[in-house]
Amino acid sequence: MKNRHKLWGALVLLAGLHGLVLFAGFFAPYGSAAQERELPFAPPTRIHFVDARGKFHVRPFVYGLKDDARIPGAFAADSTQVYPVHFFVQGSSYKIAGMFPSRLHFFGVSAPGRIFLLGSDGYGREQFTRFLYGGQISLAAGLIAAALSVLLGVIVGALAGFYGGWIDEVLMRGGELFLALPWLYLLFAVRAALPLHVAEWQVFLLLIAVIGLVGWARPARLIRGVVLSAKERNFVVAARAFGASDAYLLRRHVLPQTYGVILTQVALLVPQYVLAEVTLTFLGLGVGEPMPSWGSLLASLQQYYVLSSYWWMFLPAALLIPVFLAYYMAADALQERLKTVPL
Amino acid sequence: MRYLIRRVLNAMLLLAAISAFSFALLQWAPGDFFDAMRLNPRVSSQTVEGLRSKYGMNQTLPVRYGHWAFSVLKGDMGFSFSYNSPVGPLLWARARNTLLLTSIATLLAWLLAIPLGIWSAANKGRWGDRACGFSTSALLTIPDLLVFLVLLLLAVRTGWFPTGGMISTGFDNFTFWSKCKDVAVHFALPAVGLTVVTLPVLVRHIRSAMVEALESPFIRAARGHGIPRTRLLFRYALPAASNPLISLLGFSVATMLSASVIVEVIMSWPGLGPLMVQAILSRDVYVVVGVVMLSSVFLVAGNLLADVLLFVSDPRIRVE
Repeated sequence: MKNRHKLWGALVLLAGLHGLVLFAGFFAPYGSAAQERELPFAPPTRIHFVDARGKFHVRPFVYGLKDDARIPGAFAADSTQVYPVHFFVQGSSYKIAGMFPSRLHFFGVSAPGRIFLLGSDGYGREQFTRFLYGGQISLAAGLIAAALSVLLGVIVGALAGFYGGWIDEVLMRGGELFLALPWLYLLFAVRAALPLHVAEWQVFLLLIAVIGLVGWARPARLIRGVVLSAKERNFVVAARAFGASDAYLLRRHVLPQTYGVILTQVALLVPQYVLAEVTLTFLGLGVGEPMPSWGSLLASLQQYYVLSSYWWMFLPAALLIPVFLAYYMAADALQERLKTVPL
Repeated sequence: MRYLIRRVLNAMLLLAAISAFSFALLQWAPGDFFDAMRLNPRVSSQTVEGLRSKYGMNQTLPVRYGHWAFSVLKGDMGFSFSYNSPVGPLLWARARNTLLLTSIATLLAWLLAIPLGIWSAANKGRWGDRACGFSTSALLTIPDLLVFLVLLLLAVRTGWFPTGGMISTGFDNFTFWSKCKDVAVHFALPAVGLTVVTLPVLVRHIRSAMVEALESPFIRAARGHGIPRTRLLFRYALPAASNPLISLLGFSVATMLSASVIVEVIMSWPGLGPLMVQAILSRDVYVVVGVVMLSSVFLVAGNLLADVLLFVSDPRIRVE
């Protein structure tokens, strides 16, 4: 019972987070590249309900920004400019899920006012917006790469486990090669083998391919183990005795027994691969500006003045925690439920 | 003994295969170090071709691999274009720093994880164990990068620790004692960072191994005989639980090395990580191959060490 709660909790959290990211255009107040050059490194905008005279408002509002008198280059709230927060407002145009054009935003403030939910970066770009749009890149990279490496793992593991003999030997020795390298170094080596300066979307595809290709060995090993025991089950032996072909046996009887492992592996690999993307991009080997990704949001923290003066630049990194938490919770619950391999 | 010899042979073969694989992979890469020169109008294409043939880049892959393997045996490990020197000496200095950092962090992490894991297993189900489980899961979900960056922020804000590097300026004139102190102060942040990110996995594994050992009948019998709790935990249960933990030691080398790359870049520790990133960006192929090889040597050595320890600690393997 408790386990079911955990799984559902994780799934609801995951659905919510992915929904936010998928409909980034709607939930983000601005466009992914919208800049406000006048307001670099503005702190997160506080949302007020009580105004300067102590009067309570049902509609939340924000204050405009003015130069901070004490700290040069910093901004402070200006309580003379009041901008109410409106919901379902018309704003910059975007495409819903990349297809249908729309101008509707979940929230926003009217023109001269700006709402920086997570503060702004060095170009005055709103970080919550960047986080949502960046998630489209990072989560897509993680999901596709995980699917790719699990797919490879299923193919290799099923072949190795089902046929055994020299096929098993060759495939698993190859896998050992991949397991014997520290994965970040391996990732670097494969990244180094690919061109450095190409178009952004190509870098994105390359990144997915690199991350996905490097990680197939562990799922392959686990799936081979399941297949090895699955093919000895009585009903599989019986089906074989009735003259079922190998392809039929694999498809109908053996692979369905590996679904548990596959699901758990995907839930474990996605956060790992998102982190791989974040790390590579952070080090300048992944997708670059102006394409937002979770890695490039963190990359500005490599500069000391950003790191030490603007605490809100850490917020996107902190927002990664619920994402990872949801995936790990799902993996944990699946694992308990399916009683598969230990973490 | 046969077991050990087999493990060593296996490790050697694996390393040879890795070297061929990574070498081929990187040679197959489009573009090379001299590409940047081609863009320069003042460097003629003959010069570039001359340089390429001087470094043997127009030969076939097996020939180049042979040359490279020979230079590995000499200790050169190929030639770095951007440093204009053999790769070997470059690597040794960096590898020493990485090894120093990772081995101290490994030691710290295990010294913390073993008592924590045992304590957690001994109090299974009570609030202490739950708190421990909760905090390890919480730590697991925090990205490594964030941990390192927050530590760096701490150093910048408080000024208690240096924010990067391994030694202060004027290191050569220090007395031996202040030299040690200087390095130790520089150590603190990266070592703590590495320990924090590797700790949760270790604690969880140690706990589950200990829980399994504590539930076995011989422990119940020993408890029935009135053997004191501390002795029960450390003398009876820990050796029984040690087998998976020794394999874990081998695996933890890999995680440690990967995490070390990030910490080295963020805290500018002069180890293999920054060297590797620079080499990738400048297409310095032999340095990349060298670092990859070296990292896998460390990993394989870690696994071999685990095998040897297993051989020593588990009589079943010796008999086999």
